[in-house]
Amino acid sequence: MMTEASREDVARRIYTPAVDIIKRKDDLEVVADMPGVDEKTLDVMIEKNTLTIYGKVLQEPAENLTLKSSEYGIGDYKRIFTISEEIDRDRIQATVKNGVLRITLPKAEAVKSRKIAVAAAD
Amino acid sequence: MFWTGIEEVERMFEPLRELERMSRSLARLSAPRGVEFPPVNISENTEGAVITAELPGIEPSDVEISIKGNSLTLKGNRKANELKEGEFYQRQERCAGEFDRTLELPFEINAEKVAARYARGVLTLFAPRAESEKPKKITISSE
Repeated sequence: MMTEASREDVARRIYTPAVDIIKRKDDLEVVADMPGVDEKTLDVMIEKNTLTIYGKVLQEPAENLTLKSSEYGIGDYKRIFTISEEIDRDRIQATVKNGVLRITLPKAEAVKSRKIAVAAAD
Repeated sequence: MFWTGIEEVERMFEPLRELERMSRSLARLSAPRGVEFPPVNISENTEGAVITAELPGIEPSDVEISIKGNSLTLKGNRKANELKEGEFYQRQERCAGEFDRTLELPFEINAEKVAARYARGVLTLFAPRAESEKPKKITISSE
């Protein structure tokens, strides 16, 4: 019999979630489809210039069920992005709803385009 | 530039995934649209079938489930991101739009008893067999 802990050791299948990246005026939004994931099983990590998203899908035990057709596999989600220096890391926000992760990456103040008043030099 | 070199980095570190993604988008091109969305898994037992569909980012009220005989139809609309002026996609992989998918089960469904649940972007349906379809145990009487 497999215990809960030993089941964790078995290599899980990892899928790449479909992602949209939207460029906006003050930030970037990353939208990822991760069906089966919620806030308790999702990790968003930043280390140096890498943004990693990892979502765990908890599979419900099937009772006396025989799989007849399968169009999607069940496993975890992982995706790694490289972020530029111009992102304000302290203000990154992430939310998850109905299996969709949304991460807002605000642009650092210094690089926001600013309108500079031009004074006539004489 | 923001986000420079993402694609390059990903390609470097995830060549297999990139390949998988490419083959998936190729498959999407050759398959008639709407056929593979939402992807479903179907399991069966003597009581009926359990159907799970990956439908991330949908409000449960936006999905219409209808049953007729042995077919089950999932209909709805997966809304696209609302882009304001000056906003644009740097990358777009998620599909959006209307879907209408009919699944044929190998038995007649007891429409009255179909149960549906939506959680974490996954729709789970239980479609029980109609009474007439259930296997019956026949007791042999001895004389």
